[in-house]
Amino acid sequence: MGEPLATGNLLEVRGLTKVFGTLKACDAVDLTVARGEIHALLGENGAGKSTLVKMLFGSLEPHSGQILWQGTPVRITNPGVAKKLGIGMVFQHFSLFEALTAAENIALSLDDGSPIGQIAAKARALSFSYGLPLDPDSLVGDLSVGERQRIEIIRCLLQAPQLIILDEPTSVLTPQEADKLFETLERLREEGKSILYISHRLEEVKRICDRATVLRHGKVVGHCNPREETASSLARMMVGNEVKAVVRVPVDGLEEAPALLEIRNLSRKPATPFSIPLRNISLSVRAGEVVGIAGVAGNGQGEFFEAVSGEVRQEDTGAVRIGGKDAGALSITGRRLLGAAFVPEERLGHGAAPRMRLSENLLLSRHATDRKTFIGPGGMVRSGIVQSAAQRIIDAMDVRKSAPDPEAAALSGGNLQKFIVGRELDRRPSVMVVNQPTWGVDAGAAAHIRQALIELARSGSAVLVISQDLDELFEISDAIAVMHNGELSQPIPIAEATFEKIGLLMGGAEPGHAAHGSEAEIA
Amino acid sequence: MRVELVKRPQRSALFSALSPFIAFALTMAAGAILFLLLGINPISAFYTYFISPISEVWQLHELTIKAAPLILIAVGLAVCYRANIWNIGAEGQLIMGAIVGSAIPVMFPAFESPIVLPLCLLLGMLGGAAYAAIPAVLKARFNTNEILTSLMLVYVAQLFLDWMVRGPWRDPQGHGFPQTVMFNDSATLPALFPVAGRANWGFVFALVAALAVWILMTRLLRGFEVRVLGSSPRAGRFAGFNFNRMVFFTFMLSGALAGLAGISEVTGAINQLQPTISPGYGFTAIIVAFLGRLNPLGIVAAGLVLALTYLGGEAAQTALGISDKVARVFQGMLLFFVLGCDTLIHYRIRFVGLGAKARGESEAVPAAKLEEVH
Repeated sequence: MGEPLATGNLLEVRGLTKVFGTLKACDAVDLTVARGEIHALLGENGAGKSTLVKMLFGSLEPHSGQILWQGTPVRITNPGVAKKLGIGMVFQHFSLFEALTAAENIALSLDDGSPIGQIAAKARALSFSYGLPLDPDSLVGDLSVGERQRIEIIRCLLQAPQLIILDEPTSVLTPQEADKLFETLERLREEGKSILYISHRLEEVKRICDRATVLRHGKVVGHCNPREETASSLARMMVGNEVKAVVRVPVDGLEEAPALLEIRNLSRKPATPFSIPLRNISLSVRAGEVVGIAGVAGNGQGEFFEAVSGEVRQEDTGAVRIGGKDAGALSITGRRLLGAAFVPEERLGHGAAPRMRLSENLLLSRHATDRKTFIGPGGMVRSGIVQSAAQRIIDAMDVRKSAPDPEAAALSGGNLQKFIVGRELDRRPSVMVVNQPTWGVDAGAAAHIRQALIELARSGSAVLVISQDLDELFEISDAIAVMHNGELSQPIPIAEATFEKIGLLMGGAEPGHAAHGSEAEIA
Repeated sequence: MRVELVKRPQRSALFSALSPFIAFALTMAAGAILFLLLGINPISAFYTYFISPISEVWQLHELTIKAAPLILIAVGLAVCYRANIWNIGAEGQLIMGAIVGSAIPVMFPAFESPIVLPLCLLLGMLGGAAYAAIPAVLKARFNTNEILTSLMLVYVAQLFLDWMVRGPWRDPQGHGFPQTVMFNDSATLPALFPVAGRANWGFVFALVAALAVWILMTRLLRGFEVRVLGSSPRAGRFAGFNFNRMVFFTFMLSGALAGLAGISEVTGAINQLQPTISPGYGFTAIIVAFLGRLNPLGIVAAGLVLALTYLGGEAAQTALGISDKVARVFQGMLLFFVLGCDTLIHYRIRFVGLGAKARGESEAVPAAKLEEVH
């Protein structure tokens, strides 16, 4: 597909600048992507990676600067122009319709009127040749996150792009799925295509990328060959100083500590045709302990979180116990009043109301627990006190923002996550349940959040962390349990846990799991 | 050439403020065309319509009489709409409030006491709230579409009023006219400045209600709850806010205010029940709520503007000999243009030449993506 053109730079960016209000999201950024290379774009959250990429894809217009495509200056005014030039993009958040098949989703974006059968055949051939197995006739709702990503990639490849932009592609994949993706990327490189790879997972950047451009606070701080760097030297470039490694001191006597969060035989019927039923889950988290729940996305973690948080209540009031009290019949507010705190996976629209200010979002989860402080007589909100509490959290978690009290949607993902986690930590909860604490969060912020969770546990709280990031769970957990198809394995003490053991459980290898291979149809 | 809507990255503060004015200007332009087609000079028609009805003090009093129910109802509706709950049945709640509130003066016409009027007003609010609770129950319990149920209950209320004044509550000395007895003085809402005109306490109620709702929405936890549940229901559930409770709260609050509007109208301006007691205030208030940007203070201004269209309609009928239905046409155009112009807050208009067709279409997907991110 790639035309055998003369070597040279496929894309050259000179002095690209974008300003939002008073914040220079991108400040005179230079970037060159050569033909047939995998080029990493590294940077912390809010460093300007997404802004830069959006300008390359035509979703945002630069204030100044120049984009050269194959040596010719171009103006990319909208994504259509980008596609015509040969720039394709796979977004971090997929935009697929769950009730349609993979082929139908692809057809929607191609929009050239070719018959669906033809598109399905093309997609099948392409997926086969790139080693991305995909059945074009399957419903998106039935597919795992990894498979959904394949649809996005194939959709992008069908347009025969010269440059493919991937935004944090491995954040939703198992280690095995990520390996497959890397093979595909290497094949694309061999064909002479260029890839702009956005990530903050330093190990994988070192593994597959030929060159890297590092952004910090909207400015390019360096170009390098990641293979010649160490993870910590890359991290230093990104963050500006050494990333503090997360410290977890093992503690003895956890077995004797009281269980602050107990889950007993928790079951739940699937709420929608696309959700997973929960089957007889039992688990307890003791004071001082961090328990991790590993698992591939879409194996019931979201349903489990809803049930534990009280967004969905249980019929059996003893199914969830918080601080030794039955909480199954309590609402999320009732459970918070027992000392529990919750951080959901989705930041915008679940953990935070996008169009509301940070101070209002503080009130969102704490209006009941801190009623005496935040709410005055007659239900009057003490906005001055709420604002100063929000500022306290912003300072404690180093949340970066462009306005004094901005709307949640105006923050970058990582900064918003720091605020949402900080909002709960600020309460010193006795039980903390977190779903994907560092999803799409950069190294510096992730280390901060992880360390804070460990410290919360060590100060006597019970912490339950649901995550797809195995490195993270190994870093912070005292024990790891695995969720697969709505069932939870026995927790494995960290001293006995290995990547292999957990990886096998994630694939459903435990005897108790094997029988449920075809449960998706029943659901 | 083709016109395209392109989503703005952020909502535009400029167009948020300008939109009602643009809408008003477009309504005027369309109105001018309408008058030209009717063979009337638009300038003199506009004068008759918008200037002559407020050129004397007593006319300003009339303006407040029309504006009071519009403002009262619209501030209640604004709370509903902010919560993403669509109460379209304020007209019915107004009528039910008027009927229930009239129970004492109609059934005990000889009962005179200073507590009669407060009781009437209270009963009126209760009547409106109770009637609004019907679509609330249906929505909370059976997830019915409140737009349909609340709207249909308007016709039920209208026919119920019609039956009441022709049947059980007809004035025995009324020569068979379908109306109740005249209310006694203690059941009459007093005028504010009797010497200058008819303006009554209803307008004061409207201003107090607007101020109270403004405090509710901007200062109180309950208002925060309304805004969260309306703008992101899932975050609202995470906050522990109960959507069903919110359905009852917003419906009954707006029902009570509509009921108050109804009983104020009956005790203040009409002084008896008739088959028709409202020229569609409950529907016009929807326009008022949107024209006022769902902001109680904006609604006060919008209420006065819409009240003027009622007065203008009456004036045009006498001075120009055109149907007072023209007022409805004006109101309809105004709502149409307001909603249309609100698009400009989130989108900008782009003109595209024919050659760019393909390019424009291929944008469909990223536009959807943007949607998702926001």
